[in-house]
Amino acid sequence: MKQKNYKGWLYLLPAIIFLGVFMVYPLIDVIIYSFEEGYSFVTQKSTGTGLYNFQYVLHDTYFVQALRNTFIIVIITVPVSTGLALLISLALSSIKPLRNAFQTIYFLPYVTNTLAVGLVFMVLFKKTEYTDGMVNLLIHLFGGSSVDFIDGPYWAKMFVMCLYTVWIVLPFKILILTSALASVKEDYYKAARVDGTRPSRIFYKITLPMISPMIFYLVITGFIGAFKAYSDEVALFGTDLNSAGMNTMVGYVYDMLYGNSGGYPSFASAAALILFAVVFTITCINLMVSKNKIHY
Amino acid sequence: MKITLEHLTKRFPNRNKKIKEDVIAASDLTFEIPDGKLIGLLGPSGCGKSTTLNLISGLETPTEGRIYFGDNDVTDVPPENRGVGLVFQNYALYPHLTVEDNIAFPLGNLRGKDKLTKEQMHERALEAAKLVQIDTLMERKPNELSGGQQQRVAIARALVKMPSVLLLDEPLSNLDARLRLQTREELSRIQHETGITTIFVTHDQEEAMSISDMIVVMKEGVIHQIGKPQEVYDHPDNLFVAKFLGTPPINVFEGSVKDGKVYIGDEAILDAPEGASAPADNASAASGRKVYVGIRPEGFIPDKNGPLSVTLNKIEVMGRDTSIVAEHPAFIGTTIRSIIPSEDLTDVSGPTVRFRVKPGKVHLFDRETEKTI
Repeated sequence: MKQKNYKGWLYLLPAIIFLGVFMVYPLIDVIIYSFEEGYSFVTQKSTGTGLYNFQYVLHDTYFVQALRNTFIIVIITVPVSTGLALLISLALSSIKPLRNAFQTIYFLPYVTNTLAVGLVFMVLFKKTEYTDGMVNLLIHLFGGSSVDFIDGPYWAKMFVMCLYTVWIVLPFKILILTSALASVKEDYYKAARVDGTRPSRIFYKITLPMISPMIFYLVITGFIGAFKAYSDEVALFGTDLNSAGMNTMVGYVYDMLYGNSGGYPSFASAAALILFAVVFTITCINLMVSKNKIHY
Repeated sequence: MKITLEHLTKRFPNRNKKIKEDVIAASDLTFEIPDGKLIGLLGPSGCGKSTTLNLISGLETPTEGRIYFGDNDVTDVPPENRGVGLVFQNYALYPHLTVEDNIAFPLGNLRGKDKLTKEQMHERALEAAKLVQIDTLMERKPNELSGGQQQRVAIARALVKMPSVLLLDEPLSNLDARLRLQTREELSRIQHETGITTIFVTHDQEEAMSISDMIVVMKEGVIHQIGKPQEVYDHPDNLFVAKFLGTPPINVFEGSVKDGKVYIGDEAILDAPEGASAPADNASAASGRKVYVGIRPEGFIPDKNGPLSVTLNKIEVMGRDTSIVAEHPAFIGTTIRSIIPSEDLTDVSGPTVRFRVKPGKVHLFDRETEKTI
């Protein structure tokens, strides 16, 4: 018996070592860092332990702003992108001709580099000496006045940010939902048709419950993904997100470690733990809310 | 309600685009289904029986021909307005709804003056559930039910809106053998209690024969014979119908009709019926008219002086019956199978066994047209 046990652990050893070194140890280290006050990379010493790091981070205006930005992005983009993806998937599965062509078009953003997409958005929105950007040209056409979407007012920047985020997460959601819709058996619809069910009732009573596990999966991963937003912001507003007022929580953590104001691993760790707590809480709420609504 | 099909034809474009010809799933179907009867649409898979059912339900629209419910032409009426209840082969129960919600689902579609209150829906659902004896399972989900129970829920859901026609697509094929026997009796009982004109599709001839008031035998989209099960069995119109009905299947021999006698090989087994011989001016008259001789397994009587001799293969004892498996050079297929009631069995031993045949169990078919003579 004993020997068998050892053997089992032996087989697990490579994975355990790998996970231990690259996952468990850093995780524990982050927690330790977050409680060490005044830790410096250079001296490898701290001045003491306590909750000062959390206090500092929570009172830092940049962090509060990052928190607010992140929440706005999450609250707007997750429902909008999921809803939009559902609408597009429904439309895609109800057409026969050109379906593949449309599917490819909708999937393109997924295989396009973030920075390349950022460039495209620049062409659309950025004001330069030569042009106001294509969107502003459209606004002009309808008699509006120019808006500086990249360096202008906060709402304009947030609008571009959310649009960008929705557009970039849409393809994956469409892909998942079209396949989920395709997996609903045709017989259910036939049975509903013979019974004279209205399209809206078919959607709410049959289609939606049948694909609810997939929608739930998309909402959960969507929330987590949106909370971790950073690279998309950089693609649009450059690396100095704090001065652009568009920083996110992950961006704040990064800046604390490596940015202009870098070199504060303790603050970065504290912020990272706060982010973890937020994501964890939201996911738990999601799980509880959806428990009675999901039909596996 | 009486259902009348008139020259009903359904063509599908060929899936293989290189082939220009359409696939004909149903070809020129014309028959009448009397009110309140249980009808079995019978045929091998791919014979168009499910298509016929879908045409009647309205899920498919015919390429040509008309469908009448009573005196009303319903050909262009959408399925929801035809008043049909449809039970699918895999039942198509909504997995996320309870049995009660499943049964009540069609009632929730009613609008306007037909709209029902929650209590009325519950009452109607319970009524339908009682009819199929699942009223104690109303709170369960479909995946908590056995196959037979799911089948009943599906039937209750089809019955709850009080359809004038009930259509069942292979209703018993997903059940195990014992349950199938039980459920087919149940089906027959429900049909008799409700008096709803019922059409069911099956590839199992035993199933169709046992409960139908009338069977329709189809092959490749064409109706081969319509009639009461026993009539069709006793008087098949052609070789296909004869072969398709009955287990074990009919034994078919190559034979001929000569001088008023039916020959298998050199042995005259039976007097030929009137008009079975070829016309006198026919060139083949001298050698006799070439026919297929079909003999039902129960048509053999062991007789030491019988006219038909076969080579004994083996004897299978099955309690009530004994089946004698044998070979004959003129036989089409591998082995001849005859069923003899065990108490009638005198001692049979090889290598050659001789039989008499019962005239009513022998059918003659023209070699070329395969039609019954």
